[in-house]
Amino acid sequence: MPLKEMFKKRTLTPQEKKQAERVRKAKDTLLEFQVPDGLFQKCTHCGKTVYNEDIIENYYVCPYCGSYFRVRPRTRIAMVLDKNTFQEWDEKMETSDPLKFPGYKKKLERQQAVTNLDEAVITGKGKICGKDVVIAVMGADFMMGSMGEVVGEKITRAVEKATKLRLPVIIFTCSGGARMQEGIISLMQMAKTSAALKKHDEAGLLYITVLTDPTTGGVTASFAMLGDVILAEPGALIGFAGPRVIEQTIGQKLPEGFQSAEFLLEHGFADKIVERKNLRKVLATVIRSCEYE
Amino acid sequence: MSNNFTPWERVEISRSSERPTSLDYITAIFDRYMSLHGDRLFGDDKAIVGGLASIAGRPVTVIGQQKGRSTKENIKRNFGMPSPEGYRKSLRLMKQAEKFHRPIILFVDTPGAFCGIEAEEGGVGEAIAKNLFEMSNIKVPILSIMIGEGGSGGALAMAVGNEVWSLENSTYSILSPEGFAAILWKDGNRASEAAKVMKITAQDLKELGIIEQIIEEPEPACLDNIMDISEKMRTMICGFLNKYDQKTQEEIVDERYDRFRKF
Ligand SMILES: [Zn+2]
Repeated sequence: MPLKEMFKKRTLTPQEKKQAERVRKAKDTLLEFQVPDGLFQKCTHCGKTVYNEDIIENYYVCPYCGSYFRVRPRTRIAMVLDKNTFQEWDEKMETSDPLKFPGYKKKLERQQAVTNLDEAVITGKGKICGKDVVIAVMGADFMMGSMGEVVGEKITRAVEKATKLRLPVIIFTCSGGARMQEGIISLMQMAKTSAALKKHDEAGLLYITVLTDPTTGGVTASFAMLGDVILAEPGALIGFAGPRVIEQTIGQKLPEGFQSAEFLLEHGFADKIVERKNLRKVLATVIRSCEYE
Repeated sequence: MSNNFTPWERVEISRSSERPTSLDYITAIFDRYMSLHGDRLFGDDKAIVGGLASIAGRPVTVIGQQKGRSTKENIKRNFGMPSPEGYRKSLRLMKQAEKFHRPIILFVDTPGAFCGIEAEEGGVGEAIAKNLFEMSNIKVPILSIMIGEGGSGGALAMAVGNEVWSLENSTYSILSPEGFAAILWKDGNRASEAAKVMKITAQDLKELGIIEQIIEEPEPACLDNIMDISEKMRTMICGFLNKYDQKTQEEIVDERYDRFRKF
């Protein structure tokens, strides 16, 4: 009998029923946006086999070794915002492809199909514990989270709208740096986003950055480091130059933990390392502590 | 354009040890220059120089990224690669300029910010970010002039100007053509090809709206012809100062915001 047939009409064992119930529960909270293929996967850190529902229930953190799986933008939004409060802004914005770089537009289309994202950031408005916030979440799986025209423009528009609406801004950073294919125009996004945040700041409004793995290059050297409060996920790689570039420059191996979230905290460039399961609560506390009007 | 160099030839000229440095131009253009030092937090980065100067009888603040000419001087200047304290010094001097209503003239010439352990420990990303953030709102006119290499965020941190000008054979790019070729084509040897597609020459940058003016170099700038080029720059800078004298603080800030908002 083929394997498929074998499972067809069988009733579930009590154990399986329980498991299905857990999956449903997890799905109800956050699974719907990020279903890994199959029933289980190997943790890239400790190598142990982990059931997907365990990963999901545990906020995409390995239950054995505690290492953090990367979270996709929509999953993150589901984790952090109150249910069904997210209103997305500026979807489907397109780059002008300023260098007319060969193959770039094609590559974007492929990325869009594979990741089911329009670009490397999602922006919009939602609520955290009932409080209105403007949120931008970057994702590493779209062109390594690199910042080009569209990422810069979406973030700038979100910040400008937040200034107008007098709302706090929360940005989850995750980026390999500038979008090389857009050359110097991608560099300008650093100045553009920072200038918009300065206006938001001058208006006396709150900006929180949450640094997630990895945050490097032009994003680190602009909006990632400009939060009134800077939070980071445990173990995240955060730096300006990439570790390999530094190793090449200085000709030696980097020490363990260099450019980790913990390294940043130690050197005074982050306020707090927050475990993923506590993130929503911490954000709510910061927002409540900065209520200005 | 006075010369028909290829983009890659311009990259080589922009990096040449013959090319005048910030201090060469500062000495040649301004009537008086007094250096100021230190970021008041940690140290004094020798890769960034700056201080008080005057031009046609009016005080200005000048700041420049400084390369060396000899190996010994290059080591002292860290090859023009600024550390976090360099960016913090430049911001301190810009804030001082704002307080005393002095226009700011910046000379950009760096392969990029320093990529070392100390730079990361000192928060070079934060230092650059803070410059971009604060410069967007400075109430006096800012002019940035690309005199050599304009490498990435390390250059941008001194180029959030009301206007950005470039010498004809200077470059301004997201990263070096070698790095670009290595990342996108996995082949660092295709740098000259990369220089062409990256649009990094003054002419390309003007077409993209990244710079307002090109300062011509009838011959590639060097110490022999620096007086001619500086004389031209001096006239242009005076023109810039006169033009911005007519503007209110609000106009100066709003125009700078719009300049970067359009990208
Ligand atoms: Zn594990």
